[in-house]
Amino acid sequence: MAVKGKVVWINGPAVKAEGMAEAKMYETVEVGQDKMVGEIIRITGDVAFIQVYESTSGLSPGEPVYGTGHPLSVSLGPGMMGTIYDGLQRPLDKIAEKSGAYIQRGVNITPLPMENSWKFRPSKKKGDEIEAGSILGVVKETPLVDHKILVPPTVSTAKVLDIVKEGNYSLEDTIATVQSSGKKLDLKMYHQWPVRKPRPYKERFDPEVPLLTGQRVIDTFFPIAKGGTGAIPGGFGTGKTVTLHQVAAWADSKVVLHVGCGERGNEMTEVLVKFPELKDPASGRPLMERTILVANVSNMPVAAREASVYTGVTMAEYYRDMGYDVVLVADSTSRWAEALREMSGRLEEMPAEEGYPSYLASRLAEFYERAGRVTALGSPERIGSVTLIGAVSPSGADFTEPVTTHTIRFIRTFWALDTRLAYSRHYPAINWMTSYSGYLDYIEKWWSKNVDKEWSHLRGEAYQILQREDALKEIVRLLGPEALPDEEKLVLDLARMLKIGFLQQSAYDEVDSYSSPEKQIRLLKIFVDFHHQALSALRGGTSLGDIRSIPIIPNILRAKFDIKSEELDKLDKLKEETSQAFKALSTKPEVKAVA
Amino acid sequence: MPSKGSGGIEYTQIQEIKGPLLIVKGATKATYDELVEIECRGEGKKLGRVLEVGGGLAVIQVFEGTTGLSVAGTKARFLGRTMEIPVSDELLGRVFDGLGRPLDGLPEPVGHDFRDVNGAPMNPERRDYPTDFIQTGVSVIDGMLTLVRGQKLPIFSGAGMPHNMLAAQVARQATVRGKGEDFAVVFGAIGVQHGEAAFFKKTLEESGAIKRSALFLNLADDPAIERIITPRVALTAAEYLAFDLGMHVLVILTDITNYAEALREISAAREEVPGRKGYPGYLYTDLAANYERAGRIKNKKGSITQMPILSMPSDDITHPISDLTGYITEGQIVQGRDLFRKDIYPPVSVLMSLSRLMKDGVGKDQTREDHMEVSNQLYDAYSRAQELRALAEIVGKAGLSGVDLKYLQYGDIFEQKFLKQSYLENRTLEDTLRLAWEALSILPTSELTKIKDSYVKEYYTPEEKKE
Repeated sequence: MAVKGKVVWINGPAVKAEGMAEAKMYETVEVGQDKMVGEIIRITGDVAFIQVYESTSGLSPGEPVYGTGHPLSVSLGPGMMGTIYDGLQRPLDKIAEKSGAYIQRGVNITPLPMENSWKFRPSKKKGDEIEAGSILGVVKETPLVDHKILVPPTVSTAKVLDIVKEGNYSLEDTIATVQSSGKKLDLKMYHQWPVRKPRPYKERFDPEVPLLTGQRVIDTFFPIAKGGTGAIPGGFGTGKTVTLHQVAAWADSKVVLHVGCGERGNEMTEVLVKFPELKDPASGRPLMERTILVANVSNMPVAAREASVYTGVTMAEYYRDMGYDVVLVADSTSRWAEALREMSGRLEEMPAEEGYPSYLASRLAEFYERAGRVTALGSPERIGSVTLIGAVSPSGADFTEPVTTHTIRFIRTFWALDTRLAYSRHYPAINWMTSYSGYLDYIEKWWSKNVDKEWSHLRGEAYQILQREDALKEIVRLLGPEALPDEEKLVLDLARMLKIGFLQQSAYDEVDSYSSPEKQIRLLKIFVDFHHQALSALRGGTSLGDIRSIPIIPNILRAKFDIKSEELDKLDKLKEETSQAFKALSTKPEVKAVA
Repeated sequence: MPSKGSGGIEYTQIQEIKGPLLIVKGATKATYDELVEIECRGEGKKLGRVLEVGGGLAVIQVFEGTTGLSVAGTKARFLGRTMEIPVSDELLGRVFDGLGRPLDGLPEPVGHDFRDVNGAPMNPERRDYPTDFIQTGVSVIDGMLTLVRGQKLPIFSGAGMPHNMLAAQVARQATVRGKGEDFAVVFGAIGVQHGEAAFFKKTLEESGAIKRSALFLNLADDPAIERIITPRVALTAAEYLAFDLGMHVLVILTDITNYAEALREISAAREEVPGRKGYPGYLYTDLAANYERAGRIKNKKGSITQMPILSMPSDDITHPISDLTGYITEGQIVQGRDLFRKDIYPPVSVLMSLSRLMKDGVGKDQTREDHMEVSNQLYDAYSRAQELRALAEIVGKAGLSGVDLKYLQYGDIFEQKFLKQSYLENRTLEDTLRLAWEALSILPTSELTKIKDSYVKEYYTPEEKKE
């Protein structure tokens, strides 16, 4: 029997209701005559504190509160791909059909298209043994994604009593009847799962496979692994959102979850406009066919912003359980933390740093721990992963503020965006001195096996040039570049070339937007080789001025724009031409001497 | 004792008055966010809004301030609705106070409709992505910080700098090329001095745009708490003009710093846990609720373009108000003290400024094919020029190479010819791009790495080649 109480106090999204002694923690409730969705976050005596996910404007003490008996959950089944949801998994297009261009409250919509019929192809038959997480059959959700219909993780070992034949079914149709612990269960193509509870799996693996994003500074210098965690902090204007959009667009994962959490409305619109036009590099299909958006933008109710990341990660885990690689980008976790802070403040909890609640760190830890590369439950055996990447918006671009410092504790790849790089329009403004990746050792094997044996070595050498330049910069700042010996000037030149020709990558250039791993490694080789040859030329008596005026340099710098990812032979040719140019150089001084 | 009057329920038991807050006892029928009319002998009527309700108490924020209110003899009438304003095309050509009441001696406009000043969040699925280029006639904006219809682009400024002039120049000159569509200006003054408001009014009058403008004025000596409502009233009017009447509305809100301070005052009076610098933890959400009311809607003609102005305390861009604004708005135009001292108008510190929507508002179809690349190159070269300037101060010009010296020259020409212009000068986009190429042509072509060869061939005109 669900509880029924009444509202006694209202302060923005925080509401107190009495007569709630029977209510459970984190139970979903319906508040007021408009039946707004809320969640119980504290119980004192028979008074429940409720965070309401919609605007409480016009709510009055005395209005009823109804318990639902279940925690905040999402519906998981076919029909999610390509949809834009709000933080409570309500499709925004359906909300618009009901309430127009502006979001009104109390809109009650099912998350999945119940009226659709899907072509279901069973993979189990009558009499088969199944267990939690087993695949019952497949539905083609989009041309890019085969949606595996899973036995809910709550069902224990069971026997299939009956399963439907291949054909078209709607989500409410029973597709299989199973016998489990003496009880008969009807299974449908979807099931519910509480968002705050991680979905179970069999076993966790080391993150050995890189998540390729096509972004050179990420893949080559600060890679992230499938099933890994990453954070991208940066002040405003440093390009967090653009970088995340790039990762969401080009990551070599099967499914992408894009959680817009307290950010700009137009950014979600941009994804909605661009993703259907962008093509997946592997299949040539529109990216929207593998993307789910969760949008709780900055002016939507703040409590639902808190829920939106959980909604997103639960959907991500569901696709992981089908055996897919899933990447979730959350923009921005700072706004999510602010939502926590706002609720905490209204509940008059004792604050920790900068007004954030003391449980901020544990909530962040819980969230990032839901990443991982795992074997899913049930049969057949399959491996899937959830990679979590969170943007952080530190106030005043100060990385010592609580959300950034706590996030760093729970992630392994750190892409620090630098305001100074952004001011000089070096994008992506990922600072190569302060960023790091904890996955280098794990994924080195993958690169040397699949792309190039020399990967680790080349990366190290290029990185050293950048490091040396950073140290030399101090001297240049005080004494000017002319105070340096030629070999060190060459380091400065090389670093500048690497910055322009490799690190900087335009998200808006058709060719440069995405670099395949093969293109990345070849480009990198050209720069490293250039350094070697320039160094030996210098030692052989060629002047730095002559090296600087080699006419092929602009071609090297523009190769990222001019040469497409599939035209690898052109890159090899460029490398050859560079060597030729140096050979020509070494014969030059004698000509000069004669003249 | 509560009594039902004409519209609303009246309570007379006042428990406490502190700062801008009035706490009413026995208000059992009050609703959250409800509008309250407060009457006290000899004080006339004041308006307020319910901030918190429960346990028989209602906490009311009084817009006009609590001066003159007493515990005995004050009546609070709860009106049973949130704050609304009447909207119609009659708003245009009028001047209102910060709560939307006429200031020009004319009667209240006849409303075709009444709208809740808080608005409702726009559904991101129904937004239309802004791409229409607005020509402002200001080179630095058109060339490098392009404004598009439906964008929110604030001006970050400091005390004494000409942010008002820049905003007024934009309001006066803004046009969409080749289109004669309906436009309107909504001006919301939030705690600004009389002189500043008068300046805007005069500018609009002189350019004849006043007939197409609605002014909402909360001046420096008006009640501080009213400032929380002024931008909401102005944006509610703008939404009606844009999405009901199909106009392209430019909203100028000045000064957001005063708005945030009013918010802090309320928060402090309620003894809330503060975030940074005493501003409430919900400052971001609150600012977003205003800024996000810019944009376009699918299948609707109009648009709302916002240009909020905020003065950064001590020119500090990391101050919570400018910081949080930057995270919400689609870019920022930052005015720099050093350029201002050099007597350059507009003193836009380009390296710190940004227009996020520029990339989709420029190019072959909207402006010119080389626009984006020229802009990138201008940035890149100016950034290098700034570095070299700093270096030259230490090692002297003698320590720089020939190319470096070209960069220094570029920096000067960029500031003096491209950036600097008169308040009255309305440059076409072609003029702007010509001046940009003039500056870039100081550099050798090998330095123009951000521009395609074909554009360089077409537009690059070095001094010696010029006839």
